[in-house]
Amino acid sequence: MGFWERAADYLPLLMEGVWLTLVVTFFSVLLSTFLGFVWAVMAWTRNPVLVAISRGFVTIIRGIPIIVQLFYIYFVMPEIGINLTAMQAGIIGLGIAYSAYQAENFRAGIEAIDKGQIEAAHSIGMTDQLVMRRVILPQAIRIVMPPFGNTIIMILKDSSLVSTITVAELTRQGQLIAASTFDNMTVFTLVALIYLALSLPLTFLTRHLEKRYSQA
Amino acid sequence: MIQVHDIHKSFGTLEVIKGVSFEVNKGEVVCIIGPSGSGKSTILRCINGLESYQRGAILIEGAKVDPAERSITDIRTQVSMVFQRFNLFPHRTALENVMEGPVFVKKTPRAQARDEAAALLDKVGLGAKLDVYPAKLSGGQQQRVAIARALAMQPKAILFDEPTSALDPELVGEVLTVMRDVAAEGMTMVVVTHEMEFARAVADRVLFLEGGVIVEQGPPQEVLRNPQHPRTQDFLHRVIHPME
Repeated sequence: MGFWERAADYLPLLMEGVWLTLVVTFFSVLLSTFLGFVWAVMAWTRNPVLVAISRGFVTIIRGIPIIVQLFYIYFVMPEIGINLTAMQAGIIGLGIAYSAYQAENFRAGIEAIDKGQIEAAHSIGMTDQLVMRRVILPQAIRIVMPPFGNTIIMILKDSSLVSTITVAELTRQGQLIAASTFDNMTVFTLVALIYLALSLPLTFLTRHLEKRYSQA
Repeated sequence: MIQVHDIHKSFGTLEVIKGVSFEVNKGEVVCIIGPSGSGKSTILRCINGLESYQRGAILIEGAKVDPAERSITDIRTQVSMVFQRFNLFPHRTALENVMEGPVFVKKTPRAQARDEAAALLDKVGLGAKLDVYPAKLSGGQQQRVAIARALAMQPKAILFDEPTSALDPELVGEVLTVMRDVAAEGMTMVVVTHEMEFARAVADRVLFLEGGVIVEQGPPQEVLRNPQHPRTQDFLHRVIHPME
């Protein structure tokens, strides 16, 4: 059997993994975006408690390898009575880990907005909430979009880490097939090509966004 | 209508306002002049709650200005501010800049706010620039949009923080003319400025501030033409004859 015949044998199993990879990526992006935004807004308020919580959280998360965070959530949490499926643990772990990076990105976008505009907005009676919604966010989103695209690509690739806590996503499926067939060459070539095929459209999208928002 | 009682303000250990008191009556135009670093802008920013102050009190029609209180947003809808660097919202057109406050703060219906904003822009001579973004406007035009934005809140007073200091000389006149017209309609105004000509022509009262205290105050013809205090004399001399 040549490469393509063997590839055709493995593909159905790998595609099951692709589906889980996409699910993990999608929900991790959602969760990390939401949490990252929360940390960034907390850092933006002048409330010292909120600022300290946000800073502390981001610092701790960035200092621990993602794979260790995943192990912690999947293997340690049950000991304190929190039982999660591997999938849930994977999404929560990646989401929390990446929220720290997203927060830095959002914070940079928020802080890039000229303070004078914020004062002007306050001077016409806007509350902080309204300033955020009407003045900061519409402008910050342009600044934040290109790095956001890169973050999605990184989450897609790092979703392979959840294979270590038994989620049968693409990498895990590849490992299982390779272990039973010893056909490492075909299996991991396919796995690599599939990741590439998934990330390339995102790469082009990110480049497009960079171009579009740098003109505006 | 604006009462400033014995305000003290420090940045760290540096005391920039050392007990300033004055009142501004309804319809009055008060110009604050003085050397840079004298605390002029800081006082203005305190009145609008953009800065806090450590001692004393500022009252707007009896309501205390305290940036830490929720009431501050209410007070700010009554007292608008025009900034040295215009501070327009760059992602919104001239018209949208002016509508922003009425629509989102005062909840004016959009159509009505639009008509009023267009009328205001027309009044400041920008009726042809409604849909233009700030980046495409000159400094003088941007500042006139900013004045229209302040007027759109139908405030009881407007604070001007060196509104012409960031402008090229040939653009100063168009902004001062608009301000004079606003004053003529009876708007209460506090203007921090270096434009002595404007102060002379429009102000009811001039305050000369130096080192965080009011050194001298009175009608412009007295303070500007016949200053009593040597420091006022020295300052005016340097402003009028900068090369000597």
